[in-house]
Amino acid sequence: MKTLVPLLLPLMFLLSCGGKPPGEGKAPAEGKLINGAGATFPYPVYSKWFDEYHKLHPNVRINYQSIGSGGGIRQLQAGTVDFGASDSPMNDEQIAKSATPPLHFPTVIGAVVPVYNLPGVTGDLRFTPEALAGIYLGTVKKWNDRQIASANAGVKLPATGIIVIHRSDGSGTTFVWTDYLAKVSQSWAAKVGSGTSVNWPVGLGAKGNEGVAGLVKQTPGSIGYVELVYAVQNQIPFAAVRNQAGEFVKAGLDSVTAAAASAVMPDDFRVSITNPPGKGAYPISSFTWLIIPSAIPDPEKRSALTGFLQWMLTDGQPVAKTLGYAPLPPAVVSMELKAISQIR
Amino acid sequence: MKTRFILRKAINALMLGLTGLCALVTVSVLFFILGYLLWNGGRALDWNFFTKLPSPPGETGGGMANAIAGSAKLILISVLVGLPVGFMAGVYVAEFSGKTMAFFVRYTTDLLNGVPSIVIGIFVYAIAVLPVKHFSVLAGGLALSLILIPVVVRTTEEFLRSVPGPLREGALALGARHWQAVATVIVPAAARGILTGAILGAARVAGETAPLLFTSFNNRYWSPGLGEPSASLPVMIFTYAIAPYDDWHRQAWAAGLVLLGLVLAANIATRWILSKGLSAQR
Amino acid sequence: MAAAATSRVQLFRRRLQAGDEAAHLLTLLFGVSILLITVLLVWELWVNSALPRQKFGLGFLLGRVWDPVAEQFGALPFIYGTVVTSAVALLIAVPFGLGAAIFLAELAPARISSALTFVVELLAAVPSVIFGLLGVFILVPFLRTTVQPALQSTLGYLPIFRGPVLGVGLLAAGVVLAIMIVPFIVSISREALLAVPAEQREAALALGATRWEATWQVVVPYARLGIFGSVLLALARALGETMAVTMVIGNDPRISASLLAPGYSIAAVIANEFTEASSEMHVQALIELGLVLFLLTILLNGVARLLILGMGRQGGRP
Repeated sequence: MKTLVPLLLPLMFLLSCGGKPPGEGKAPAEGKLINGAGATFPYPVYSKWFDEYHKLHPNVRINYQSIGSGGGIRQLQAGTVDFGASDSPMNDEQIAKSATPPLHFPTVIGAVVPVYNLPGVTGDLRFTPEALAGIYLGTVKKWNDRQIASANAGVKLPATGIIVIHRSDGSGTTFVWTDYLAKVSQSWAAKVGSGTSVNWPVGLGAKGNEGVAGLVKQTPGSIGYVELVYAVQNQIPFAAVRNQAGEFVKAGLDSVTAAAASAVMPDDFRVSITNPPGKGAYPISSFTWLIIPSAIPDPEKRSALTGFLQWMLTDGQPVAKTLGYAPLPPAVVSMELKAISQIR
Repeated sequence: MKTRFILRKAINALMLGLTGLCALVTVSVLFFILGYLLWNGGRALDWNFFTKLPSPPGETGGGMANAIAGSAKLILISVLVGLPVGFMAGVYVAEFSGKTMAFFVRYTTDLLNGVPSIVIGIFVYAIAVLPVKHFSVLAGGLALSLILIPVVVRTTEEFLRSVPGPLREGALALGARHWQAVATVIVPAAARGILTGAILGAARVAGETAPLLFTSFNNRYWSPGLGEPSASLPVMIFTYAIAPYDDWHRQAWAAGLVLLGLVLAANIATRWILSKGLSAQR
Repeated sequence: MAAAATSRVQLFRRRLQAGDEAAHLLTLLFGVSILLITVLLVWELWVNSALPRQKFGLGFLLGRVWDPVAEQFGALPFIYGTVVTSAVALLIAVPFGLGAAIFLAELAPARISSALTFVVELLAAVPSVIFGLLGVFILVPFLRTTVQPALQSTLGYLPIFRGPVLGVGLLAAGVVLAIMIVPFIVSISREALLAVPAEQREAALALGATRWEATWQVVVPYARLGIFGSVLLALARALGETMAVTMVIGNDPRISASLLAPGYSIAAVIANEFTEASSEMHVQALIELGLVLFLLTILLNGVARLLILGMGRQGGRP
């Protein structure tokens, strides 16, 4: 007993003040904490943005956690977070279920790329939409199948089996990938469909973009799909995909921006830009959105979020470029700046 | 006769070697893990790591100060809630209850133990986060305590029951009431085993990630008090490990090392306390 | 009659004053609170899985298809994966763990024993995520390049070792789980063995037994309830383990006879799909899976208790 009592005092102290060392973080009149959750793909740029904004406005603390697109939507509906973020926009059913009608604000544009591991094969591979759909349906089973070889003349493809890797967790990345496959392959649309989680005909599941990247990197003869940033950071080779215009395009800032350019942006900003018609466009691109409730009762939180949105659309966009994300087209930016006033 | 004796001696030596091998393999796995963590994370263990808040990807110099504080708080809450409940329930089942109640409590404890930690997280989310519409350290600590309780109950009961009959009867013969015998003789006799269970349980909850995902969530900043979401080492490890940045990977390994260090410290502290307070049973 | 009633009240009052009744009530309170929490948990799970229960009924347990888009949900692949990986884990961990515990409790000098036990208990503190990462970066490649090809070339005719060598799969998950549950078996079994009264051991030695014979034929049987308890605790951990399993099991809801094939476990699919579950039916199907795991645990516990009854009573245990 005697030894326990002196232990209790520091423990009580720790509990009450939360372990915050005096002096650190003593910002003048610290504002309320604003919580957001959602997509993992834009997490790096969101993280940077909220940090930069905090430096400019020290009383605004925006805490964003990447739990996945669907998770962000669900937490927003439940009211446990102040805003959400998603790679796939909320559908009508989800919007109808929300207590406050949500507003979608596109932030950056990203791309999903097919990554592969073929030791001995140098140079970039090219895939036709039919080949990709066939591989993921399980009808194209070997690397030297005609569907793949016909687009890669001059490349010696091995006769080994293709080990297909997909996401095990539900994700916006999967949504973009399956949305594309459903558009280019009727049998995919009929058999599997699109969604954040689907019933994959073949393949191993890995958790998160990094899980897929890691598994592909370690498994010779495998193919997977990840967000562009992950392929680049992990230095995994990724293939060019043939777009509607017939060109084989590799994902990059220009090709992704081109994909967005051909899209017609509706007033509510919900649009899919997979398989776009334009030239030079990368076919598996997508906007990613911040989802903000149209009514925020707390004036402090409201001004913080609207202020951030203003900054994000103007000063924030160049920052995205340095991190490897394609910035929004100027037309979209001006539409959004006007839409901010809808938040009451 | 002689050959049989030699055979028995041979088996004796063989089994000594085999069981020693088992122990060696088990121990070397841990050394391997420790070594790997040190190798990969050791470089990231600098002053910044312990004192700074996380920095956005691409910028070095960030740390996990808030995650360390958060984890300490979470473990503390889980132990403050879970240890008394588990201990008392164990005492109840071993000493005071009738057969049917004992059966029910034991059975439900085993059930609770088998619930996957993520389901516990979902449960606490439903009762402690949704109703108040915000994530909190308290909810996280509560979820962890639900994982701790079954471990404590089971080991408390096992070691109370293993106290030899003569010791119990001696206490009662000296005129102690049942509860006095329990509190002053039986519990101290079983204390080492009970504490082992508690340490094992606390060590396990220290590393739990899944139940925290929907309860204490995560926080980029400090989390004062009990009502705000908080960063924690396991969640940071998970978040950093699945990101594409080398600096974050190294920090993840370093965080794993720190987590182990925390548990090591707790281990040593509790053993020291025990050795001062009680005489060993052997 | 009145006299009997007052004397009972007097007895109660006296017991209350003496503290026994208070102690009984106090500890009862805590015991009941656990009952209440568990009941509340099961109730929440039951209520929140109403949709799939209505739609699939008992067919949920036998269904082999898990299709969120078509809203077809069946639990069998996950039950299979959970049971198989836990079985593999126990098959590996129990011999190792028990062997180590016997060594540390009976055969090793005291100081080495405490030091090594301390190290083993640290293993319990390694976060699940780290096991997952080490599994992915070290164990899986090792299995894929060395162990699994070896198994196939020697024992490949057995159905459990057929199929392409991927590294990830049921075997990898089983091995990772084994490493994670070994500290529980070692630690608690060791304490159980240490709790055996010295007289038992000394009596056996006095009768001429070798150290091993005394240990194996007298001490271990005496401690078998505690040892079994440690195995149950370890099994429960294996059944519910989430993060490490999902990183190495392959996450493919398929049932195959081979250990080299990928699989899926209940806890893993809940962790993977819960945050993103698109429809209410999907969420509730995942919660129903949680309920199924409960059922599995009840079943295994029931079997274990029958075994304990069969083991009989002994020594200082009431």
